[in-house]
Amino acid sequence: MNHNLFVVIAASAIFYGTPLFFAALGELLTERSGVLNLGVEGMMLIGALFGSWASQHVGGPSWFVVLASVLIGALAAAVLAAMYAVLAITLRVNQTVAGLALTIFAGGVGLSSYLANSWHVALRPTPHPIRKLDVLGLADTPVLGPLLFNHTMLTYVSWVLAAVGWFYLFHSRTGLRLRAVGESPQTADAMGISVAGYRYAHTILGGALAGVGGVFYSLAIVPTWVDGMTKGAGWIAIALVIFGFWRPELTLAGAYLFGALSSLSLILKARNVHINGSILDALPFLATIVVLVVMSSGSMRRRLGAPAALGVPYQREER
Amino acid sequence: MSTADPAQAVAAGGEPTEHPGSPPAAAVRMSGIVKRFPGVVANDGVDFAAALGEVHALLGENGAGKSTLSNILTGLYRPDEGRIELDGRAVHFDSPRDALAAGIGMVHQHFRLVPTFTVAENVALADPHGIGRRQVRHLRQELAAMGAHYGLAVDPDARVWQLSVGEQQRVELLKALHRGARVLILDEPTAVLTPQEADALFVTLRAMVAEGRTVVFISHKLHEVKAVSDRVTVLRHGRTVGTVDTASCTTTDLARLMVGRDVVFRRAERAHPVDPAAAPLMRVRGVSAVNHRGQPAVRQAGFELRPGEILGVAGVAGNGQRELAEAITGMRRPTAGSIEVGGSPVRLGSVRAAHAAGIAHVPEDRLHTGLAPSLSIASNVVLTAYRRPPASRGPFLDRGYIRRHATELMSRFDVRAPGPDTPVRLLSGGNVQKVLLGREFASDPKVLVAASPTRGLDVGAIETVRRLLVQAADEGRGVLLISEDLEEILALSDRVLVLYEGRIVGDVPAADATAERLGLLMGGGAVSRDVG
Repeated sequence: MNHNLFVVIAASAIFYGTPLFFAALGELLTERSGVLNLGVEGMMLIGALFGSWASQHVGGPSWFVVLASVLIGALAAAVLAAMYAVLAITLRVNQTVAGLALTIFAGGVGLSSYLANSWHVALRPTPHPIRKLDVLGLADTPVLGPLLFNHTMLTYVSWVLAAVGWFYLFHSRTGLRLRAVGESPQTADAMGISVAGYRYAHTILGGALAGVGGVFYSLAIVPTWVDGMTKGAGWIAIALVIFGFWRPELTLAGAYLFGALSSLSLILKARNVHINGSILDALPFLATIVVLVVMSSGSMRRRLGAPAALGVPYQREER
Repeated sequence: MSTADPAQAVAAGGEPTEHPGSPPAAAVRMSGIVKRFPGVVANDGVDFAAALGEVHALLGENGAGKSTLSNILTGLYRPDEGRIELDGRAVHFDSPRDALAAGIGMVHQHFRLVPTFTVAENVALADPHGIGRRQVRHLRQELAAMGAHYGLAVDPDARVWQLSVGEQQRVELLKALHRGARVLILDEPTAVLTPQEADALFVTLRAMVAEGRTVVFISHKLHEVKAVSDRVTVLRHGRTVGTVDTASCTTTDLARLMVGRDVVFRRAERAHPVDPAAAPLMRVRGVSAVNHRGQPAVRQAGFELRPGEILGVAGVAGNGQRELAEAITGMRRPTAGSIEVGGSPVRLGSVRAAHAAGIAHVPEDRLHTGLAPSLSIASNVVLTAYRRPPASRGPFLDRGYIRRHATELMSRFDVRAPGPDTPVRLLSGGNVQKVLLGREFASDPKVLVAASPTRGLDVGAIETVRRLLVQAADEGRGVLLISEDLEEILALSDRVLVLYEGRIVGDVPAADATAERLGLLMGGGAVSRDVG
């Protein structure tokens, strides 16, 4: 630990912020289509579980196992998101209630821990964790090394996704239509855009990304299965979307800020700085509560740039 | 649908379906259209045909089936029966996309625009090309060219929410033109425009039909139909009454066709003239208020309302009318100013205080702001009176009294419903308004604030509501009539205020008020407007 404190915090902010960003980007895309999915925590846990299970049961070279684990985790969470989409989009159920139901159903004391017990996933650490890479052999470069060249593959993927997400939303035709669906589904419908189609696609995509975020917990951060191991990261992700004004690039910055808060107590403890660790650990959640409370006031939402039709089911023949 | 380009299909030998004796290929022909909704037959065998290069008006009262018919033509609804032909060829629309591809464009009454998008983005929304730099530059040039050609100038980079309603309508027209719409349907396009803006729109529409497009103009305003259309198809109770050449009939003829009897709106007769020396009932001083976005909406509004006076407030939609009404009735706390009723100040920002001071409110959105749609007539009627005897005793409601009271109001105000237990949402618009008026009148108010009280009502209900407002004034109450319908303002008011951008820019006695004069004030007074 020869690096100065700032570099250490920044590097671990990126590490802990990566799963937050995956989940937040997924929720961002979902919300841009006008669907509010509060089931992120549940989807992350299912992703984490299936990723952990896959890494124990899939055979082959290590890179293949990791890839398969990430995909399987994403797929499992996407299936949950698809179930939610049927409730929220086709059956027009209250989205807050359905999202909470999803988190409770799949969450820490629900399906994920039940399956983990039945499959004995928790008994051993994963044989193929997601490791930090030494990119171009530059990992030991002072300052820039830990900041840029010593991350997991998923972190680099997340940087690409932030750029792709930004381009998709603001510079592609599909992105323009997606935003129209979230802002004014009546307009989109009258333009011949399939409101339900866009909402399904982005809700399911959002679930898959939340699943990847979950896999990061069980294969990179811990790396084994622990019941309820995401510890509220899904809620932080939802707050991050608001924090980032529904923009991928700002959400990435927010994810690293929250990542820094999450890792602060560990780092300071290692450095023998004596601050009550519980307070530091609580910081991201306090920030989340503040953001969510601000968000729940309608006028504030509009001012922050929330999609106008967020959480409102769309129905064409209103008679 | 059957084909993306009907003209091409006909040339290629598609089956023409002209019947002998019918006029030559109509651009649009709808025959025997039936559309049923639960409990309602909205279209009951409608026949409609519009020729190439004409403005064809679709005239009918509210509920006559105009909107349903246009929603079928734009692919939003699927008809239960009937056929649609474009250029003599049968088509079948499963979704708006099919109708768009067939060249049908629609300007809805409530615009289908994304408020947070720019004009160019809104136009690009249904564009088959991307929104890259090149396309945007291209689009900008095209918008400028179309704007100049049709008199539809609008800044392509402005966000839609920043535009006036008239400008937003231009964006809708540009959108349709950009997609190459050959048939353009406009649903009550002038409802939100000043008379001058409406005239400019008519010029644009004429330019569009001159180059071979077809315009379907939906309206229930006779003089507009007379001014702009070549032919008129009249609908009544979901059926076609007939199609006539506009030039061959008078507005009276059209009114008779539309309503099925003679109707004449003339200036309301008043029992007593307003006494200009009487002490004002309500005094509003320097009231300012912000809208839901926090922007100033009412600026320093001040006026006096005398006993027995109907004071009209005219203005184009969105110029502060709603915020002014809400400020006076306590639903919105003004940022400045004071309000007095009968000489004593009213606590601002409190509906209960306003009500206690004798201010009654007939809000714009009568079904949701004015009433609880799922509650019964009886419950709604007692909503403002439940706290005091005789409606309640201590903490308990006197249900017997409430039902008797509701039944009595229903017969007094001619509310047609199965009984006082009927949920309000099942009533027609006219009956909903009568329930609301009945409730507000029952509290014996000094001042009645009525916002667009006849909007969306049929002719019979309009007459009843207007009669009730006049009756209220004759009883010595003050009526503040806020309406975007100039005819209504002119027919009822003793004096007219004009709101423009939140300011009262005109205070005109009835004798001097004409549509032209008010229209000019509504559009910003002496400020010249570019209408292309």
